[in-house]
Amino acid sequence: MAASPKRPDPLKSLGFLLLVTGWILVLSAVVLLKQGAARGGFVFSGIAVEALGLVLAVRSHIATKPERH
Amino acid sequence: MISNTVVLSDSQTLLCIVALLIAPLSCAGLALMNSGLGRARSAAHTMTAGMCVIAVAACVYVVCGRSWQGFAGEASRTIVIGGKPWNWIGAARPFFAGLPFDGSPALLAAWMGIVGAALAGLIPLGSGSERWRLAAVCLSTAVLAGWTFPLFAHWAWGGGWLAQLGVNYGLGIGYVDAGGSGTIHVAGGLTALSLAWLLGPRRGKFGYDGMPMAIPGHNAVYVLFGCFVALVGWTGLNAAGALLFAGVQPGRLALIAVNTILGAASAGLGAAAITRVRFGKPDSSLTANGWVGGLVAVSATCAFLPPAAAILIGLVAGALVALCVELFELHLDIDDPGGSVSVHAVAGIWGLLAGGALGRFPGGGEGQFLAQAIGVATLIGFVLPMTYVVNLLLNRFVGLRIGPDAERQGMDLAELGAGAYPEFVTHTDDFMQR
Repeated sequence: MAASPKRPDPLKSLGFLLLVTGWILVLSAVVLLKQGAARGGFVFSGIAVEALGLVLAVRSHIATKPERH
Repeated sequence: MISNTVVLSDSQTLLCIVALLIAPLSCAGLALMNSGLGRARSAAHTMTAGMCVIAVAACVYVVCGRSWQGFAGEASRTIVIGGKPWNWIGAARPFFAGLPFDGSPALLAAWMGIVGAALAGLIPLGSGSERWRLAAVCLSTAVLAGWTFPLFAHWAWGGGWLAQLGVNYGLGIGYVDAGGSGTIHVAGGLTALSLAWLLGPRRGKFGYDGMPMAIPGHNAVYVLFGCFVALVGWTGLNAAGALLFAGVQPGRLALIAVNTILGAASAGLGAAAITRVRFGKPDSSLTANGWVGGLVAVSATCAFLPPAAAILIGLVAGALVALCVELFELHLDIDDPGGSVSVHAVAGIWGLLAGGALGRFPGGGEGQFLAQAIGVATLIGFVLPMTYVVNLLLNRFVGLRIGPDAERQGMDLAELGAGAYPEFVTHTDDFMQR
């Protein structure tokens, strides 16, 4: 368990970065692509990136949770 | 600015007012559940914190929240991207200034905004209970009710870019969230997740071997009664939201009420069945959580769902809630005493997506599922990081968590100076490993 919660955690930062990146992908798909399979595919790719970010964020909080009592 | 003004007939206005009068019961139900799911030594604190949340949310929303939220057809900030207008934030005046007090749809939407902000603020209380300082609760609620909730509410309810996905990009009728599955519940549930991460688990929740200890709620009757009260409030909230933000006719309100009841009922049954299979007996607190999960899930599209779809959405929501509560606690080390993340975030996301797939929307609903998915992506990819960073800063500068001695003593005595049940014997850390 338990890296210190004070130490910067690259996994956590990467997770949140991927969350935002996935959202930007989704917005880009809406703006840039015409209606159809390509737009849907890019939207769901963005959501997949978000899912990856969420997994990393969750994992990082398991690793850095405060000490148990 | 996008001009898509909402006009209500006299009968719609009257029905909306009646619905909004009963909507605050959803807050009462949730507060009762939060209190009942915590320990007796923190019961008064949880209820007091709930009252403070409603008070702070109402005041902050009036001061500035409503300005950001706005209403369809009112002043707003718009940028043009790719030749299409992206309406991203309201530009109304603070303190409800300029709002006509004549029963107009804008005023009713602002009233619903107060209830929505309060309800969203109550959700993180469930995950942070028994260790979240009262002052920090108030500050975090102020940010949620004054910024996070109104911003997303503008996008979904105030004629913002999500609501305009249909007009601008041909995605169904745009993002639909009449009862607030995403705007209220997923936003609140993701804030609850951020707080569960930042606060860490309660003392004694995890043993030295890493296994979670069961810390049962102190009053199952509060929890279950809270469910019944919430059903009434939710019906009002869904009805008002459908009239204001989905433009449904009064005749649809019966369908909305039926779907709300069916969502809760099937979710309660789903959660009871899952816990019966998993543990040998139905679990009352998880069944109650499932019930509310069903309410959350059907809220978004209840005006457009056939009753059979509402039953299916509720059933799956109840099962998801029961399974996610266990998953989060056992495998992800998230200590969420009220089950807020599962009940509000997970069930809300499910409801938004399933509603987009199963609903019968005007114009055939082509692209509706994609519009709902874009709304969900915005909640996870924008609202979650934002609410996490805000609460991280609050934790850094104010401190979210109460001290270990005070936590051992109980929140009632530590923060309020008196317990909820003074005639009872006060226990120390009953569940702590010795």
